[in-house]
Amino acid sequence: MPVAASAVYFLNLRGDVLINRLYRDDVGGNMVDAFRMHIMQTKELGTCPVRQIGGCSFFYMRISNVYIVIVVSTNANVACAFKFVVEAVALFKSYFGGSFDEDAIRNNFVLIYELLDEIMDFGYPQNLSPEILKLYITQEGVRSPFSSKQPLDKPVPNATLQVTGAVGWRREGLVYKKNEVFLDIVESVNLLMSSKGSVLRCDVTGKVLMKCFLSGMPDLKLGLNDKIGLEKESQLKSRPTKSGKTIELDDVTFHQCVNLTRFNSEKTVSFVPPDGEFELMKYRITEGVNLPFRVLPTIKELGRTRMEVNVKVKSVFGAKMFALGVVIKVPVPKQTAKASFQVTSGRAKYNPSIDSLVWKIKKFPGQTESTMSAEVELISTIAEKKSWTRPPIQMEFQVPMFTASGLRVRFLKVWEKSGYNTVEWVRYITKAGSYEIRC
Amino acid sequence: MSGHDSKYFSTTKKGEIPELKEELNSQYKDKRKDAVKKVIAAMTVGKDVSSLFTDVVNCMQTENLELKKLVYLYLINYAKSQPDLAILAVNTFVKDSQDPNPLIRALAVRTMGCIRVDKITEYLCDPLQRCLKDDDPYVRKTAAICVAKLYDINAELVEDRGFLDALKDLISDNNPMVVANAVAALAEIQESSSRPIFEITSHTLSKLLTALNECTEWGQVFILDALSKYKAADAREAENIVERVTPRLQHANCAVVLSAVKMILQQMELITSTDVVRNLCKKMAPPLVTLLSAEPEIQYVALRNINLIVQKRPTILAHEIKVFFCKYNDPIYVKMEKLEIMIKLASDRNIDQVLLEFKEYATEVDVDFVRKAVRAIGRCAIKLERAAERCISVLLELIKIKVNYVVQEAIIVIKDIFRRYPNTYESIIATLCESLDTLDEPEAKASMIWIIGEYAERIDNADELLESFLESFPEEPPQVQLQLLTATVKLFLKKPTEGPQQMIQVVLNNATVETDNPDLRDRAYIYWRLLSTDPEAAKDVVLAEKPVISDDSNQLDPSLLDELLSNIATLSSVYHKPPEAFVTRVKTTQKTEEEDYPEAGEQSYSDSPARVADSGASPPASSANPQHPASRQPAAPAALPDLLDLGMDNSGSAIVSVDQPASPAGPPLPVVLPASSGQGLQISAQLIRRDGQVFYSMMFENNSQVPLDGFMIQFNKNTFGLAAGGQLQVPQLLPGTSASTLLPMVLFQNISPGPANTLLQVAIKNNQQPVWYFNDKIYFHVLFTEDGRMERSTFLETWKSLPDSNEVSRDFPASVINSVETTLDRLAASNMFFIAKRKHANQEVLYLSAKIPRGIPFLIELTAVIGTPGVKCAIKTPSPEMAPLFFEAVETLLKS
Repeated sequence: MPVAASAVYFLNLRGDVLINRLYRDDVGGNMVDAFRMHIMQTKELGTCPVRQIGGCSFFYMRISNVYIVIVVSTNANVACAFKFVVEAVALFKSYFGGSFDEDAIRNNFVLIYELLDEIMDFGYPQNLSPEILKLYITQEGVRSPFSSKQPLDKPVPNATLQVTGAVGWRREGLVYKKNEVFLDIVESVNLLMSSKGSVLRCDVTGKVLMKCFLSGMPDLKLGLNDKIGLEKESQLKSRPTKSGKTIELDDVTFHQCVNLTRFNSEKTVSFVPPDGEFELMKYRITEGVNLPFRVLPTIKELGRTRMEVNVKVKSVFGAKMFALGVVIKVPVPKQTAKASFQVTSGRAKYNPSIDSLVWKIKKFPGQTESTMSAEVELISTIAEKKSWTRPPIQMEFQVPMFTASGLRVRFLKVWEKSGYNTVEWVRYITKAGSYEIRC
Repeated sequence: MSGHDSKYFSTTKKGEIPELKEELNSQYKDKRKDAVKKVIAAMTVGKDVSSLFTDVVNCMQTENLELKKLVYLYLINYAKSQPDLAILAVNTFVKDSQDPNPLIRALAVRTMGCIRVDKITEYLCDPLQRCLKDDDPYVRKTAAICVAKLYDINAELVEDRGFLDALKDLISDNNPMVVANAVAALAEIQESSSRPIFEITSHTLSKLLTALNECTEWGQVFILDALSKYKAADAREAENIVERVTPRLQHANCAVVLSAVKMILQQMELITSTDVVRNLCKKMAPPLVTLLSAEPEIQYVALRNINLIVQKRPTILAHEIKVFFCKYNDPIYVKMEKLEIMIKLASDRNIDQVLLEFKEYATEVDVDFVRKAVRAIGRCAIKLERAAERCISVLLELIKIKVNYVVQEAIIVIKDIFRRYPNTYESIIATLCESLDTLDEPEAKASMIWIIGEYAERIDNADELLESFLESFPEEPPQVQLQLLTATVKLFLKKPTEGPQQMIQVVLNNATVETDNPDLRDRAYIYWRLLSTDPEAAKDVVLAEKPVISDDSNQLDPSLLDELLSNIATLSSVYHKPPEAFVTRVKTTQKTEEEDYPEAGEQSYSDSPARVADSGASPPASSANPQHPASRQPAAPAALPDLLDLGMDNSGSAIVSVDQPASPAGPPLPVVLPASSGQGLQISAQLIRRDGQVFYSMMFENNSQVPLDGFMIQFNKNTFGLAAGGQLQVPQLLPGTSASTLLPMVLFQNISPGPANTLLQVAIKNNQQPVWYFNDKIYFHVLFTEDGRMERSTFLETWKSLPDSNEVSRDFPASVINSVETTLDRLAASNMFFIAKRKHANQEVLYLSAKIPRGIPFLIELTAVIGTPGVKCAIKTPSPEMAPLFFEAVETLLKS
């Protein structure tokens, strides 16, 4: 059964109900007490996000300092429920201007009630698209609590048709003076490297973010340098593809607006975009990933009270490019007393709150290398039998204009019946996902 | 842009309710609106503002949509507690449902459906009828869901008014969202009805698959879930369907992807072409892997489902094992599931890599995870013969690190490896023995002792090693005692010298005279007799060759697996249990008795003071327990804790001092472990049914001198596979206090073979005392499910369809029916539902139905002369072997 929820609760970390909505009658109003009693106040919290207590099941997620708890008593669709929570939070954030926490909920509780009523009916998720909901659920009360001269709810004409329409994510009649599209290719590189330097797991998860300021109802078509798309194209046009790097996407998922059947048959990404900012697609690549950084650590434990840490970092992307905000965290034992450093660039210090040496380099040019050597002094403790388990070194960075996968946008075509011209902007950036090096 | 609603939460100094009342009746619109917001704020934090009902409803007639919505919200919350006043709102509702603004029309219908007050339901019909045919799709899509709401309140009304047909018409609506909601509503209605209401023909199928392209993401989920029940006629149709569903795998919404996978897997069953199947497997892998980059909670759901999928179709992810490698920062629940899948995907090809991972995990911080990693190495050794040696060498390396729990876990798995590959790896025993002193966990100790006994002839100082354990024999947990006993016997049989002979005497003495554990005692006596009558026979028995084990842990039974796969993405697939094991889809329990048992109420409960307000199906707690009539303790009446009452913020509320006059309490539970045999701990317990679930209602009384804590419970195999559905929640018991608890039970866990019986063997332990064993009785009627009600026609059909050999009858000469009404009420309270009655001469003949889990029905015919002792009970059921238990239950119920 695709029912996702019988009740939704928003709790703060103490377990107080901030807001709740009962959608169905099959769970008692006080089931949340059982949740508090059996999950929040026990060690069970965090051991499993789906739990059964008595005749009810609880799914919960923590988002900043709020627990969102869904209660059901039937064989509900859990995937649907969790996705609903994720989407609802995104919706609230877009209404509150970015933040979602206890205060934001308290400050907007009327609005949240109104949204909860709209986005789910009898436990079935309805339209959660912020773009459309903002047409007729406004923050009138918030904006001006004292001016009563507001026009009485004049809903945007066709609002209801748009909620339910086939293009339920874009409203009609948009007009922009200058028609612009911004494309951001954002890639996260995930790496797990063994202490011996061999790559255990490595993949790129990428997103294509889009910001559209286009008039009317445009049809867009996006072309990338991926293998399947290119092959298909060359078949259709019966001419060989231009030489150049092609890459193989392991998997792609698309925003609701992309016509999946067409993608499946013609391998083209065609869509009518929502207005404003949205995530057009996600992709995953495991083959042929260009790792932007190599990390070579050597850690020596000298007796019980001293450690020598040497970390060499090499940037292996183009010499004209550079990385920003590079941070390398090298875990050290809890009983670390102090550390002295020598670095060829950037700054390093010992951060006791995360038990790590933190080395930061603001700007790291391509094809260079940098080293940090540190001497760590440990407080000698009564010998613990258990040896120190070394957590992996973690790295953060951003490399603008670089894609670890090699993905490039080949074209972005915009058709609109009025035939206006559009300006397209494309940016690339690669960030560190979970970039871990065991040591 | 952020709101400032928090001001509504601040309380004012004056008495809050009167002030709100005043503001609600203010002549200024803004003031009224603010007041309603304050009321809603108060409602949110749990204050009772129902007394303002009339005043709030007065604000309902407004043109301000925001205010209207707030008032509606208030109505949804409080209409039930003020049914008479709720009628005041009806006019506005009806008027709103004809408003020119479609948003208001939809709002009115949506809200009315949420108000479950009978009087309002009647007025709902006309507006609903109109809205189902509304011009605006937004109104229609809301009305479609409203039909499901109404069906939940009053199914008959929906059928009488022809809403089902209207709903079916909406499947052909030109708006995709209306179609999706209509499908969702129909699927739900179908689920709660036994009649075919929503049958998917190949025509609807095709229409819905077309609608799929234009639906919202959620609508796609509704449709895919509904269609996954469709059985294609042949392989060609199945291929066609799959082809149209496959594009959904590329959707960004994980629920769409999982529902598409579910549907594809279902249809794949029919597809014969291996090429097509291989191709589909190839297509499903990437989307499944992509789910692992979602939020951890979604990853968890995906992993639980992948666990099922790889059991059915191992090829799908055979080459993707790397994506299941744990990240350091993965939440523990994700890591645990990944590990489980890694074991399933481990093969000769990838084992080296996998072992390196496991070894890495075994040095992490989280103890549970480390243990599971060590165990995983052992399971791989058992699964992959060619890799066994490598696995063992990794285990030995880990043992050398000398981390206590790693060593213990390693020994437990090495024991299994010895069982799997006898006479292959015994050379490592010496290494194991080095860690002997550090073992302190029962399972590890027991495993080590088993190894010593099994290989006694190869271990030179086996007798010394065993002897070191013997000193503490009486204090050891039963698991270790049993192994010690067996190991000593093995040692003696293998080396019948003086040392072992002395040892065996000590052990046998300890295990017979000085123990009150029946398992241990029985086993010891068997050995004793064997040894004293025929030592050769003893050898044959004790040293017999053992069957080789295989790694079937966590493998599901194929039929269960198929059922779970048809439930992908749902709770069932996460719990790995069929839906009926945890869903008690009984709406009746949620209603009050007044609604459901109009004339029953009083009589049926009059003899049972344990009446719990919102449990429609309270167990007959007062019925006599024939096993322990004498040991019943009138002294300390236990307050039956209601699960829903647990919210009492006083955390000590579960502990009721015996000296205090106990709160209005139910009849005492039968004593199952008297204080005299429990070293001062007294346990009373009984199986009960409540809210559609079986609970073990227990009370612990500590009459000893020490505080007791760390209570755990275990159930032996039994006919119904009853087992604990959760942790036993008992707080620390100080001397002289008691605590009650309700332990949820699950069925069909560890089913004991053999003829059906009602024996329930229970073991309870705590940190201070030895393990206590006692026998309890399973009351068969506790298992009767709430959905046992049968239509008269179904009853007749079922009766006819069952062969006569399935009919069993029995006389209860001592039972008497004094009043048909009272009896029926009492039986209804135990989920035996009345169907019809007739008179035969001076006898009354009653027909009833009941159902036990897994949907086994019982058709019952009771014949009796009113007021005269002697009741004849005849039943017909697909499981006649259950008849004796059933009769026992009926007899008990009639007696009470």
